[in-house]
Amino acid sequence: MTTTSPAPAAGTSALTFRQRLSRADVKYSPYVYVAPFFILFGLVGLFPLLYTFVVSLNDWDLLRGPGEWVGFDNYVIELQDPWFWNSLFNTFSIFLISSIPQLAAATFIAAVLDQNLRGKTFWRLSVLLPYVVTPAAVALIFSQIFSEQYGLVNNLLTAWGLDPVMWKHDTWAGHVAIATMVNWRWTGYNALILLAAMQAVPTELYESASLDGAGRVRRFFSITLPSIRPTFVFVLITATIGGLQIFTEPKLFDATRATPGGAYHQFETTTLYIWNMAFNQDRFGRAAAIAFILLVIIVLIGLINYFLSKSIATNETKISRRRTARRLDRYRQAERAAVPASIEIRQER
Amino acid sequence: MSTATASPRAIVAEKRRAPRPIRGRRPGFLTYGLLTAWFVGSAYPLWWSFVAGSSDTSVLTVPYPPLLPGGRFWENAREVFTTIDFWGALLNSVIVASTITISVLFFSTLAGYAFAKLRFRGRNGLMLFVILTLAIPTQLGIIPLFILMKQFGWTGSLGAIIVPTLVTAFGVFFMRQYLVDVIPDELIEAARMDGATQFRTFWHVGVPAARPAMAILGLFTFMTAWTDYLWPLIVAGSNPTLQVALSQLQSAKYVNYTIVLCGAVLATIPLLILFFFAGRLLVSGIMAGAVKG
Repeated sequence: MTTTSPAPAAGTSALTFRQRLSRADVKYSPYVYVAPFFILFGLVGLFPLLYTFVVSLNDWDLLRGPGEWVGFDNYVIELQDPWFWNSLFNTFSIFLISSIPQLAAATFIAAVLDQNLRGKTFWRLSVLLPYVVTPAAVALIFSQIFSEQYGLVNNLLTAWGLDPVMWKHDTWAGHVAIATMVNWRWTGYNALILLAAMQAVPTELYESASLDGAGRVRRFFSITLPSIRPTFVFVLITATIGGLQIFTEPKLFDATRATPGGAYHQFETTTLYIWNMAFNQDRFGRAAAIAFILLVIIVLIGLINYFLSKSIATNETKISRRRTARRLDRYRQAERAAVPASIEIRQER
Repeated sequence: MSTATASPRAIVAEKRRAPRPIRGRRPGFLTYGLLTAWFVGSAYPLWWSFVAGSSDTSVLTVPYPPLLPGGRFWENAREVFTTIDFWGALLNSVIVASTITISVLFFSTLAGYAFAKLRFRGRNGLMLFVILTLAIPTQLGIIPLFILMKQFGWTGSLGAIIVPTLVTAFGVFFMRQYLVDVIPDELIEAARMDGATQFRTFWHVGVPAARPAMAILGLFTFMTAWTDYLWPLIVAGSNPTLQVALSQLQSAKYVNYTIVLCGAVLATIPLLILFFFAGRLLVSGIMAGAVKG
């Protein structure tokens, strides 16, 4: 740096055109490279999201456009509309019925795959197979499987002397059927993500635990599960973002009906409600208000997930530290009882 | 089991003498049995669709459906082709998914490279912004997007389906994470020393290094675009993609379920082919942290 110090004193005018061009290239190129992303993303990603709020403050429909400025009226109407709450209930119900068993099954499958298998690749591929069936196709297939009259499931139930289930009329049965579609497509996918996390757990941990006499189940709960927690939270957050926007499956579950989401709106999710409000009823202002509420809910839940997992993590380190301290104490006491020379240890303390 | 009767110390001693690696041991029949059962169970709905989609409607009323497909697949398929414009929709889906994939790959690699390897003012702030937008469900902007498309008169064209997903925050994030470790800074400096412009350096150093990640990102972007249903349903109009056309099979007044299932199977075939050739890449992509686009 010291040898070149006279050069800047001469000023940039001493540089040739090529050199200046090269400097500009170094300085401004990065901006040129990231700009397309920010411009496009701003236009088609962020701007619509923010503009949703503007639309929601108007009595907007397609023919008249913005219509009347109504302030927060759309929000007031929606928050008092039982169908809005019904859609939220359905969304959360389907989300919970799908995500909890799905994550449990995915963790189990991942643990089974996390062994020294013969034909590893084949088994990994085999759990991923349902993922290649698109949600629309999944919905068509399962809406037949869960058909009330001639569905595969009800045929079997009747053959076994059980009552057929009203999958398309009963609320819970419908939710279970829709959750089944989601689970079918995503369990293997999530199992592979969790498997990757499990494989990153150092083998020495398992070895030393088994030396200490920890069995297979104990090793799973005390080593595997805590080690994959960050990945688990990640899977949970992505599942939440996706699950709370579920649309295709409920839309196509009983598609012959005029009302979307079942005869009694019993599996009309919030996204389906938004779609119906805007594109069937031409109430864009209200649809935008619902979309904005859903957006806020999803972002809030994402934040809660994040902070909750963080505080659990710090709590657990505290607990495990306390546990270690207690064990050390017990160990020292045992040592003291066994070895008469424990006086020395006490003195050290 | 026999060791259970031995004293704990003996067990420990034995284990110390011959430490068995936990994951090195070959698992037993139970494991393979479980995995096979899982595979059969999860593949069955698809197989059953094929069986039912290749039969007549009588197959839907029997309690135990046959295990082997019937002989009516082509007849049912012809019925699908006359009910919906299957080939046109397929072509639309190919155009939409390919355009989105190429665009996402180009812009993500470019921006990801800049974020990973170039120094510029505001880099960290802008990257943080990209990461934050990952957690925002941008799909919820459909209402204004549709209003805009309508005003531009784009509804009913493939462009309206393509434009909103030309770039994704996830793509930029993914490429940045990959490139930050994979290209040594010295390599870029060396290229600069040799007088290469920034873009030449990107093209001859960045892109070749990014290829493995581009393959994964491309595959996932293609699949996400291919499977999308909500947005094409809204803007496609009379020019639908495969997923939208497929759903029209069921919305007809008279629904023949064997035809619907045959259509579902037909629509799955392209992705099954993709799965056959790129399944390993898909698996390694998921395991490398390539997540829902």
